[in-house]
Parts: sequence; structure tokens; C-alpha cells
Amino acid sequence: MHAPRIGARTYLRTWIALLVLAAATLGLSFLPLGAFHAPVALLIAATKAALIALFFMHLADERGSIPIAVGIWVLLLAVLVTLTAADVLTRGEMLRPPASGP
Amino acid sequence: MSTTATAPRPAGARPGQERSYLGVETTIRSWLATTDHKRIGLLFLIATAAALALGGSLALAMRLELLTPEPLFMDDLAYNRLFTLHGVIMVWLFMIPVIPASFGNFLLPLMIGARDVAFPRLNLASVYVYLAGAAVVLGGILASGADTGWTFYPPYSTTTPTAVVPVLLGVFILGVSSTMTGINFIVTTHTLRTRGMHWSRLPLFVWTLYGTSIIIVLATPVLGISLLLVAADHAFGLGMFDPARGGDPILFQHIFWFYSHPAVYIMILPAMGVITEVVTTFARKNLFSYGAMVVATLGIAFIGFLTWGHHMFTAGMSTFDVAAFGALSMFVAIFSAIKVFNWVATLYGGAIAVSVPLLYLFGFLFLFSVGGMTGVAQASTSLDVHWHDTYFIVAHFHFIMVGGTMMAYLAALHYWFPKMFGRLYSERWATAAAALVIGGFILTFSPQFWLGNAGMPRRYHTYPAEYQTLHVISTVGSWAITGGLVLTLVYLIVALRRGRPAGPNPWGSAAFEWQTPSPPPRENYITPPVIDRGPYDYHPPQQEHEDHG
Amino acid sequence: MDSAATAPHLASHFEDLAKQTHAARLGMWVFIGSEALLFSALFALYAAYRAAYPAAFRAAAGHTDLTLGSLMTGVLLTSSYLVAMGLARVRASRPRGAAGFLAGAVLLGIAFLALKGMEYAEHFRAGIYPGVGYRSATLPGAGANIFFTLYYAMTGLHALHVLGGVVLLIWLAWRVRAGRLTAVYHTPLELGGLYWHFVDVIWVFLWPLFYLLR
Repeated sequence: MHAPRIGARTYLRTWIALLVLAAATLGLSFLPLGAFHAPVALLIAATKAALIALFFMHLADERGSIPIAVGIWVLLLAVLVTLTAADVLTRGEMLRPPASGP
Repeated sequence: MSTTATAPRPAGARPGQERSYLGVETTIRSWLATTDHKRIGLLFLIATAAALALGGSLALAMRLELLTPEPLFMDDLAYNRLFTLHGVIMVWLFMIPVIPASFGNFLLPLMIGARDVAFPRLNLASVYVYLAGAAVVLGGILASGADTGWTFYPPYSTTTPTAVVPVLLGVFILGVSSTMTGINFIVTTHTLRTRGMHWSRLPLFVWTLYGTSIIIVLATPVLGISLLLVAADHAFGLGMFDPARGGDPILFQHIFWFYSHPAVYIMILPAMGVITEVVTTFARKNLFSYGAMVVATLGIAFIGFLTWGHHMFTAGMSTFDVAAFGALSMFVAIFSAIKVFNWVATLYGGAIAVSVPLLYLFGFLFLFSVGGMTGVAQASTSLDVHWHDTYFIVAHFHFIMVGGTMMAYLAALHYWFPKMFGRLYSERWATAAAALVIGGFILTFSPQFWLGNAGMPRRYHTYPAEYQTLHVISTVGSWAITGGLVLTLVYLIVALRRGRPAGPNPWGSAAFEWQTPSPPPRENYITPPVIDRGPYDYHPPQQEHEDHG
Repeated sequence: MDSAATAPHLASHFEDLAKQTHAARLGMWVFIGSEALLFSALFALYAAYRAAYPAAFRAAAGHTDLTLGSLMTGVLLTSSYLVAMGLARVRASRPRGAAGFLAGAVLLGIAFLALKGMEYAEHFRAGIYPGVGYRSATLPGAGANIFFTLYYAMTGLHALHVLGGVVLLIWLAWRVRAGRLTAVYHTPLELGGLYWHFVDVIWVFLWPLFYLLR
């Protein structure tokens, strides 16, 4: 079993960090960031997800198979999103979905 | 001899019926509520055989219809339903579960020296979820069938008047069942290996089941969501892929094939595992390269996730994606070729004992190689444009996917039948059946390469008269396959009742599962085995003389 | 570890409870990986449709209720904290405190579903339905239509997971309260917590995609 157990104090710090990050991304969504809007928001979301996984879900205490499983999931998510979105992004105008519908 | 895998063969542990997993309890309830992985494996073996019979009958009817250029005994709607149900049943009720859920369940714990899988009750649940899924699919068939093809492409699948929704939901439920199996296998392999069973000593069949389980667990949910979206569109007009509502039907194909291409490896990876077990036993030789085989197994499992777009070259996908997927698809061939060379090199110089499993191995090597090479040809996109949606594709995937899986299924059945039931079957009848099945398979699907190349499109029940000769050859081949399979069923049932006792290890195999009585006791091993060698070690330095003891 | 205390929880095919717990935890992580891919397919569809309709997606994201959405984020993050604290209290052999934390998480989960229901009702009044039912006057066009189809599909699937999680947490809170989960054996609570945190992670991504990226 894992020895360095994550406890109540870590949980409290994680919770506060999550709320701070949530407030930050909410505030940033009002600023005119242009093209950086989406990357920044998703980066903060990924940070929050990492905090939840590492401390609430004790990933920081796990060794071996479980971190590998998480890594494989992240990799496949990237593959699925990238190759699917790449199709739409690199299609000619004719093959795009109709710009306006009924 | 001290702590080798041969240690757990205690004196007096002959295959007595009262001690084996078959004889320990005999009530119907003891079978239907069993948590014994071996009995669950047998339940799946029976269920998948029934699916093979049903799916095969549909194929026979199709081939019969195609005997003549004009309609023979069915109209186009009936034919559309037939090939749809043939595909759905063969893919999800037969080929995906057949090797993992039946042979995998039976053998995985035996091979790693465990008493059971990690979650036995989840394992039992997977049987009933499978049966529930099958019942829903069959309900849809009885309602009015589906006529979309097994791929359920929108927009047609969202508007067809046939009962596509129950079929979609049934397939979704079947996916839940295989996910349960996948989770169980991954955790079992990680946590229940016996002492001395390092990762570098895992039998290749276990490695392939492990790779398959990863694919099942990660790809099946993507299929599930794509089916649910289509079902919701058909039932409530969700419109996720409806162009009039801003949707894009090609995106369905992306997420559908994200599962359904790796699904091909769900079928073929365990088949490769079976072939590896058979080749080492009957060549009496260690694998040519164990490490290369493991790398190729994991390589196929991973690259299999990067190639789904080669089903969509002509669908309107962007040229960039076509090029990317074409190149990525070729990588799979590298790993597959590593495996083929490995098997052949293992046979080379081996003390080959010709037997029925080995015949099916030869069938596998031929069908897999031809199917694989025609696959590489199709990964070149310019050729695929010509062959897309023709019989060439049908022949290709029946060679590599169906041929590969069927050959391995039959090899596994004949190789492990003595292990499962403690009886031997008639070699003579089995050889005749193997000749019928393998010959029939080649006869059925070879002509379809020529038909497709000449322009015969798939999924039509009529065709121009000049194609008739090849179609007739193909139909005759389908009768040969049927004859072989029926014959197999008969002599195996006879062997169950009257076959000679097999003894623990009739093939003289070094593999771990043969080091316990056949059929195995309920606990698999009387004492937990300790492993101090690789799985295919036929010439350990000090104990060569003991192999014949 | 005290073998008398662990014996009733140990299945015969495992050597010891540590191994069995590890197997259960690994199984749960693999299951969560599988669930994650279920949502990943929808994330991929979102990415592809956003690439096709960038302007319409920005406009439509400005039309969801940011106040409700942010409130739901706070509610779920806090509920995750409470579940984590429940586990800490069980490990410290303080079942009453643990049951209290879990009950709080249940209430927040129900609050989340209530807020989600309010938001759906608000959209329905504005004619914003998924798919063919879509008839918004303020946001016409195919891009907004598919945005809201995705919105209903993804938040709906997520809400179903929240609902399942709430039922699970009620059962766990009851078992903690009854003293069935202890400092020695609390695997179900650990697994239930993993599931709840996973549902939280999904929302952490849904929130920017449907509310913030205006």
C-alpha cells in the first residue's frame, strides 16, 4: 500500500487552489485575449484536472500501472481530437458543413 | 526437480471427474451462477458458437442468392437486412468475444498460475450482459431487422424505417460486456501473476489478451457514444450528424472507426496469441524472438488507434488526413510482418509434429499474409479509390480478419479441447474438416478479389451476367466451409462422450497451462505454482532428461 | 495488518488484502479511463464542430448562463473536497464526521442537478432545444444549432453521471454511518470517491467549453 498518504491538510489546500483557479479563469474570460482565449482557459482547466487527479484521487501516491493508464488516456484523447479536428480544418471549402441552415 | 512449473503435478491427480472443474458440481444452477473463470469461458464458447451458426446461416443465404445474376429468392430490402445482420452478428456476437471471452477467460488464470480472474462476479455479469445485448439485437431482427450495414452510417441510419434502434442499443450493451472482460483481464494480469511469473515470462497469449483488453477498454466507449448519438437521432431527432442542423456525417465515421478499426485488432491480436502458442508447442521450440513478439503486440495495439481514417479515403475527408492516415496505416504492416517472420522462423528447424491445430496455423499464415498484403496495397490511397466499396474490400477483410480469427479459433478449439474436457477427438475426421474449412475459405473469398477488381460493388443482390462464374465458385466455397464446420461440431460432440482420455499433457507442451491435470481442478493448481523459466522452454539446461518423464 | 479484521473482506484468490485493494483500485482507474474515452468522443466532436463554426460557437457560448455555470463549478469542486474529507475521516476512524461530509457532498450534488434543471428550463423557454427542435430567434443558424446539440449531449451525459454519483454517495454515506466501512476496510468509499472526482474533472472542462469561451 502507499505509505505517504495524502491527508486533510492537502485536501484543503487543493480545494482552495481549485477555487482560486476557477475565479482566475472566470476573470480572464472577460479580458480581450483574442486567439489566446481558448488555450489559456483550457490550460487552466487542465491544471485543475491535474490537481484533482493528483491529490483528491491520490494519483501522486500511485506508482506503476495507474499513472501509465492515465498517460495512455491523455495520449488517446489527443490522437482522437487532433486527427478528427485536423480533417475539418484542412478540408476545402466545398466539403465543409454548410455555413448556415434552416 | 524443485520449483519448476512442472511441480504442481501431484501424484494421484488424474483427471477424475469428481475433482475437475466439470465434476465438482453438476447442477444447472452451478453452471448459470458460476464464478469459475473456466465455466464462464465454456458458457461464452457455447454462446459464440451459436452466434457463428446464426451469422453463418445468413451468409449461406446471401451466397445462395448470389448464385444467379437475377434475383433468386429475395428482394433488395431482404438482402440489405441480411448483410447487415450477418455483419452485426459476426462482428459483435462472434468475432470480438470469441477468443478473449471464451479461451481467454478459460486460460488466462491458468497461464499465469492464478486461481481465478481478479473480479469473478464481474466476469459472471459479463455473460449475462452479453446475453442481454444479444437478446436486444435479436429482438430488433425479429421486429424488422436493420438495413444500414453493420457500420450504421448516417444520414441513412437516422431515417431508415427498419428497427435500427434496438440493434444499436444491443450492440451498445454488448460493448459493456466486452469492457467488463477487458477490465478484468488487465487487472488480473497486473495483480494475480504467481510467484516467479515476471512480465518477461508471460505466455504470448497473455500478452495479446492484455493488448486486446487495452484496446477494448479504450475504444469501446467511443463506439458506444457514436451508437447512442445515432440512436438518439433516429428516435428523437438529436441531429448530431444532420447537415440540415449543422451536423457533419463524416464526423460520425471518424468516431465510429476510432473504435471499429482497433476492433479489427481486438479480433486479430488474440488470434495471433493462439497462433504463437500453437507454433511453439508443435515445433517443440522456443520462440524465435520473444521480445520482438511482445513489442509487435503492443505496437499493433497502439498503431491500431492511429489508422482509422483509412476507411474514409473516399468519404470526403480532407486530403491532409487522407495522406496522414495512409502513411500511418502502413506502420501496422511492419509489426504484423515481424510476427509472421517470427512464426515462420520458429517453425524453421523445429521438431514439427503435424497435427490439426498446426493445419489451421498454416491456414492462418496463408490467409493473414495475403489479406495483409492486399491491405497494404489499399493503404495507398490511389488504389483504394478504385477498390473502395467493391468485393476487393470484402475479400480483403474476410481474408485477414475473418480468416485470421476463424483459423485461430479453430486452432484454439483443437489445441485446448483436451485441456478443457480431458478428451481427444478423432484426428482423421478433424483433418478432413480442416481441409474443407481452409479449402472452402480460399475458394469462397479468392474469387472476390477478382470480382472487386473488375468492378463488382459490394452490397448488391444482382449483378451483370459476366460476373457469374466467379460468384458461383464463391458460393460453392461457402458450402465447403459449412460442411467442415458442421463436421467439426459432430466429431467434437462425439469426442465429448466417447473420446479417449487425453491425460494432462497430450501434446507434450512446455506451456504452463498443460502442467496441471486436464480438465483442471476447480482451483486450477493443487498448490500455487512457482515459475522459474520462460513459457516455451523446451531445453532447460539441467533437466532435459525429465521432459520425457 | 490484523488478519482477523481483514479476513471477511479477503477473496480466496488474492494473497492478502493489500493486493486485493490494489486490484480494486486499478480496476476502478481502468474503468474511469474507459469512461473518459466516452466523453473524449464528444470532446472530439466539439473540437471538430468548433473548427467548422468558430464565430457561431463564440456567439452561442455567450448565450449560456455564466452565473449558473460558475455556480455549478463551485458546487462540484466543493463537493469533491467534501468527499475527500469524508475519506480522511473514515481513515481516522471518525465515522460520524465522515458521514457528515458525505451527506454534504450529496446535498451539493443534488444542488448541481437542480441548477442544471433550472438552466435547461431557461433554454427551453427561449426555444433552445437540441437538434430538430431548435427554434431560437436570437441565435438562428446551423452553427448555434449544433453548439446546443453538443451542449445537451455533453451536459446531459454528465448530469446522468452526477445522478449516478449521488446515488452512490448516499449508499456510501449510509454504510459509513452504519460502521460497515472502517479505517481497516474502506475500499468501496475509495472507489466511489474516485468516481465522483472523475465526474468533477469532466465538468472542469465542460465549464470553459460551453460558458467561458465567448
